Amino acid sequence: MNTATASRYTAEYQTIVFALPGQALPWLKAFRSEAVAQFSAHGFPSPREEEWRYTNVSGIEKKLFSPSLDLTVSDVDAEWLKSHQLENAWVLVLVNGHFSAELSVLDGLPEAVSVMSMADALAKQPSNVEKYLGAAANHSEHSFIAFNTAWFSDGLFVHVPAKLVLDRLIQVLHIVTGVDAMATTRNIIIADEMADVKVIETYVGNDSAYLTAAVTEVFVGQNADVTLYKMQCESEKAYHFGGSYIKQARDARFTHHNFAFGGLLARSDIHVDLDHASECELNGLYLGIKRQHIDNHTRINHLKPHAISRELYKGVLDDRARGVFQGRVIVAVDAQKTDSQMNNRNLLLSDDAEVDTKPQLEIYADDVKCAHGVTVGQLDEKSIFYLQSRCVDEETARNMLTFAFANEMVDKIKIKSLHDKVLEQVLARFPQEGVNKEWL
Amino acid sequence: MLSIKNLHVSVGDKPILKGINLEIKAGEIHAIMGPNGSGKSTLSHVLSGKGGYTVTQGSVTYQDKNLLEMAPEIRAREGVFLAFQYPVEIPGVSNIYLLKAALNSIRKHNGQPEVDAMDFLTLVKDKVRLLEMDEKFLYRAVNEGFSGGEKKRNEILQMAILEPKLCIMDETDSGLDIDALKIVSEGVNSLRSPDRAFVMVTHYQRLLDYIKPDFVHVLAHGQIVKSGGADLALELEEKGYSWVEEAAA
Repeated sequence: MNTATASRYTAEYQTIVFALPGQALPWLKAFRSEAVAQFSAHGFPSPREEEWRYTNVSGIEKKLFSPSLDLTVSDVDAEWLKSHQLENAWVLVLVNGHFSAELSVLDGLPEAVSVMSMADALAKQPSNVEKYLGAAANHSEHSFIAFNTAWFSDGLFVHVPAKLVLDRLIQVLHIVTGVDAMATTRNIIIADEMADVKVIETYVGNDSAYLTAAVTEVFVGQNADVTLYKMQCESEKAYHFGGSYIKQARDARFTHHNFAFGGLLARSDIHVDLDHASECELNGLYLGIKRQHIDNHTRINHLKPHAISRELYKGVLDDRARGVFQGRVIVAVDAQKTDSQMNNRNLLLSDDAEVDTKPQLEIYADDVKCAHGVTVGQLDEKSIFYLQSRCVDEETARNMLTFAFANEMVDKIKIKSLHDKVLEQVLARFPQEGVNKEWL
Repeated sequence: MLSIKNLHVSVGDKPILKGINLEIKAGEIHAIMGPNGSGKSTLSHVLSGKGGYTVTQGSVTYQDKNLLEMAPEIRAREGVFLAFQYPVEIPGVSNIYLLKAALNSIRKHNGQPEVDAMDFLTLVKDKVRLLEMDEKFLYRAVNEGFSGGEKKRNEILQMAILEPKLCIMDETDSGLDIDALKIVSEGVNSLRSPDRAFVMVTHYQRLLDYIKPDFVHVLAHGQIVKSGGADLALELEEKGYSWVEEAAA
């Protein structure tokens, strides 16, 4: 807890609050004031809090990142933007936390579907936003969520009506270009009963130090299907906090693919509440080099009977990088017949790389099937020798095994254009000569 | 082709091989038999370049070159092939990719161009049929989820495609049922040629019913205690290993 720093942020808040969307909405004004009060009382999370034990965010406290009020997008390089933009997708672009209509591609949407910026949604359907904002992400969780509620300047709003299947991806492309800038965005994704939608969040930035603080709330209706992808490719000096909070109704399905590649310090929360017979699958891959610190924090709440959860997180850490995995599965007393598996596998490529992994099962029901496992290791010398005995030199053998380890998570993406985009990013992080797609 | 002279090998401070002498000419099949713990696997590992062993004395010359100086992958490219006792699973790397990468490294090593994709596929499919394997195996990850017999067959498939000069087979028969043993043996027999040599390391005589050796050597306590023709294997089958060990002692 550092309330002194918090007060620097809150003092500045008074000068920018007028520019935030939804000022005319009393409920939102009240909700934001409550959030500011909560944040100033607690400050940013401290390593003394159990859920933040391994991740020290004092770097954010020392700097004062400032929200950008400048909405010009002239300094966004078109080629660079294009390299992160998906084809055949609806793309909503946020530059320094503000929606850019000019850079976004939202034409041809079915009439019944809402895909718009959060500011637009607050103007056009405020009561719908009111119903969902803060319904999955709880301020009492930790103060980044309160911070996000207070500061968010825009975001993505998606509402897919019942029974509608969207066959195109929706991408929210989050770009930060300012030095010491701060981009705070709030996304809401709602899939009504039996709807089907796939959304990808992409986070990129220029080479400077900046802060991204994003919160996504997802509501998966009864028997609906939502897949959320996250490509976190922030700059190597950036700070990233991204939380995804998911509420699943009865029989709902949710899949998350979390690719955490960038940032000097990056933390993701993925918290899922499971209702009766719902299913969730959480996949994650984190690749750390240099002095990166990448923390992934997952929580699966089995609240009702017959729900299924599957979780696999893999990490590759080189140089002095540090990875953190905290995975909690909580099975409520009512959640009989729960079927849950959680796995975390880590590959350490250097003596100075580190991983802190903490899987936790809390089971209050008595008729459940729950398993968890963790491995931390180096490349298997037997495998390296086997490849050498088949003519492959040692360095290539090491690269091949490392790449194969990571690629298992890329291969879980079934949409080809997205798969290839992610693969490109993975390959870019294996700069060694001879690493190639043919190995697959 | 291969000349092993007074080879002493230790693991840590513990001597395992204590003066091995062996001359192998092209076209010959040598069987190395012996009880468990006699140093058979150590010999095949040292020849293929596995780490963890220290050569304290002696030399190994392969085609007039010092074999012990070469990295494992160079030995492989020079034509030394080890068929593993326990083939390793390599998740995420496909069988066909490894075959192609290996074949192309050998060709590059010999100054030849990369293999044509169509020719390669034809070659691989021929050999797959020879070993009565399912083509699907080619597109699966190397050895992942293969049964014991499938793994051993996969080793022989690699051998058939890479066409090595010196084939070292480490306990190829262990874990094989009789049908798989017949298929593997046919595969090996089809590879016999005047310019290729085999070293078969085995605990069991059964394999030698199907692949007839020219020479049989008995390894005990890190030394070759007896050498002979194919008949020696039958004698060992009948009497066990104790008589040769005692005779040597």
